[in-house]
Amino acid sequence: MNKNGKTKKARNIKVDYLARVEGEGALHVKIKADDLLDVKLKIFEPPRFFEAFLRGRKYTEAPDITARICGICPIAYMLGASHAMEDICGVKVTGQLRELRRLIYCGEWIESHVLHIYMLHAPDFLGYEDAIRMAKDFPEAVENALRLKKIGNQIMTVLGGREIHPINMKIGGFYRVPTKKELAVLVDELKWGLETAIATVKLVSTFDFPDFEQDYEFVALKHPNEYAIAEGNLISNKGFNVPISQYDDYLIEEHVEHSTALHTHIQGRDGCFLGPMARYAHNFKQLTPTAKQLAKEAGLGKVCKNPFKSIIVRAVETVYAFEEALRIVQNYEQPDKPAIEIEPKAGTGYGATEAPRGICYHRYTIDDEGIIQDAKIVSPTAVNQKTIENDLMSFIPARLDLPDEKLQWQCEQAIRNYDPCISCSTHFLKLTVDRQ
Amino acid sequence: MAAKKPKLAVWKFASCDGCQLSLLDCEDELLAVAGAVEIANFPEASRAIIKGPYDVSLVEGSVTTPHDAERIHKVRRASKFLISIGACATAGGIQALRNFSDVNEFVSIVYASPQYISTLKQSTPISEHVFVDFELRGCPIDKGQLLEVINALLNERKPNIPTHSLCLDCKRQGLPCVMVSQGTPCLGPITQAGCGVLCPAFDRGCYGCFGPMESPNGKALIEKWQEMGADDAEVLRSLRTFNACANAFEKESRKYE
Repeated sequence: MNKNGKTKKARNIKVDYLARVEGEGALHVKIKADDLLDVKLKIFEPPRFFEAFLRGRKYTEAPDITARICGICPIAYMLGASHAMEDICGVKVTGQLRELRRLIYCGEWIESHVLHIYMLHAPDFLGYEDAIRMAKDFPEAVENALRLKKIGNQIMTVLGGREIHPINMKIGGFYRVPTKKELAVLVDELKWGLETAIATVKLVSTFDFPDFEQDYEFVALKHPNEYAIAEGNLISNKGFNVPISQYDDYLIEEHVEHSTALHTHIQGRDGCFLGPMARYAHNFKQLTPTAKQLAKEAGLGKVCKNPFKSIIVRAVETVYAFEEALRIVQNYEQPDKPAIEIEPKAGTGYGATEAPRGICYHRYTIDDEGIIQDAKIVSPTAVNQKTIENDLMSFIPARLDLPDEKLQWQCEQAIRNYDPCISCSTHFLKLTVDRQ
Repeated sequence: MAAKKPKLAVWKFASCDGCQLSLLDCEDELLAVAGAVEIANFPEASRAIIKGPYDVSLVEGSVTTPHDAERIHKVRRASKFLISIGACATAGGIQALRNFSDVNEFVSIVYASPQYISTLKQSTPISEHVFVDFELRGCPIDKGQLLEVINALLNERKPNIPTHSLCLDCKRQGLPCVMVSQGTPCLGPITQAGCGVLCPAFDRGCYGCFGPMESPNGKALIEKWQEMGADDAEVLRSLRTFNACANAFEKESRKYE
């Protein structure tokens, strides 16, 4: 409605079903005259109640069941659950078994990061609706992307049996470990993948990035000896570095009306930022020399505060994942046993790993028969919801002059910076801009 | 003159996104598929939405909310062929475990403010709501089978998707039986083939991702499990996972409640 003359039109931008994200979400932006009134990221993904039906299940079932929270990052769930159960039972998986777990996680990072970089995020920068339309003008880039993604999936398949919901992961290790020969077949493709991943960093660093930096609280895992993927302390740039068993003391969940995914804030503060940019900010020094050099050439400092540049960070991490995968495959010695044997005991345990989009946290309590009494699982997208809303609150006011269609697309891009995975977070996207 | 390409749509209900991801995971075939069909509605991959009606709709996920129970009828009305893909869409999925419990209790375990949550008491397959032209099983589906179904529809023939047991494929591959040789309980004799015999090839028993085969003898299999030492609780849990509400699995599991 016109209120104070014809230029002050009410605007109500609605994206009812956010595309190129995994799962169901919407965005509702309310604008009155020149003021941004409200931004709501609505997650309407139907709840599936994992934490409820896990009660009464056997502890050994948790990896396979929780994998079904997300088809894009099953390893994050399988390994987080396994670590929590191993924590309870006092077992630590080390040596080559630990290396194999890191290898399959590199596969998941590669598959997920490449999917997001080329197929979900790059089309925004280049002005295409999707990667298939982009393929008409950039056939080589899309073909390379598909091959890169396939290598990530090959790692998952060789080690896990299949790329989605692998069947070979269990508490204590694996059902069967590969022979040296079975892993060696990956080497040639990994070498090609590394070169192409390096070219990817160079390609995405040429994109145009909006001038948008925020003072984020970055939370990631920190490990003394390596770029953290599956283990480490919980660290923040605003002053904590604690074991993951203290996660619930620092990251507080709350249930808000407009989302079936619980929101998270840091105790006494605002939302926080999980994912590649947080890992990069805390663990830059632990990247390989090649990855560090590429980041520098791409114009990234040791900390990147522009979420639109997360695409470069994701590309740098992809290079790292290829190098790690090559290292593990080339140094692999087949372990004597595929898994450590475990006996259940009553207690509570914690597991947190770096899913491609950020920390995925698990806490379980089991009884002495190994029956699950209580479960808590927090996905990275659920935690990032508040930060995404905060970003949009800062991002939109300077762009109110844009026509609705253009504003909508830029808002979508700002959301996709976080590679949101909505299926996981429910316990996500549609966009509405409401101009009043 | 090029013929008009058939329009393909992908729809999501309650699910993990894994089955529709299978289409994007067809790295070698994706551009060929995109050449043969017009991808008209696939929000996970594209922000471009082309209006229906659609020649083929792939439906992932189960119906768990009042809104979705209405939405599925709109999808059906807009679709010439409707294919449900994956264990959620064909059997209700892992979230159908609520069907054996009180969903209100589930809501209160997970959510601090249950009044914000709108959910149905049961998670149900697509076929309980609308006519389904073909059901593709699996948790997740096999991408080879997905390509076969799309190919069959494009060529106006019946999809070649076997309904025999995993056990049969396992024998064909010459794998040693994990039940006989290791004493590991396996659902292979009563589970539909299609995964490519993954679990026995990795030294574990089949856990039933593809749901019941065409004529399962659950009673005989479970008797064997019991001889091997499985108790009722283990049998119940094993039958109640990703296809817990598939008819034959559900019926057999009721005996061990």
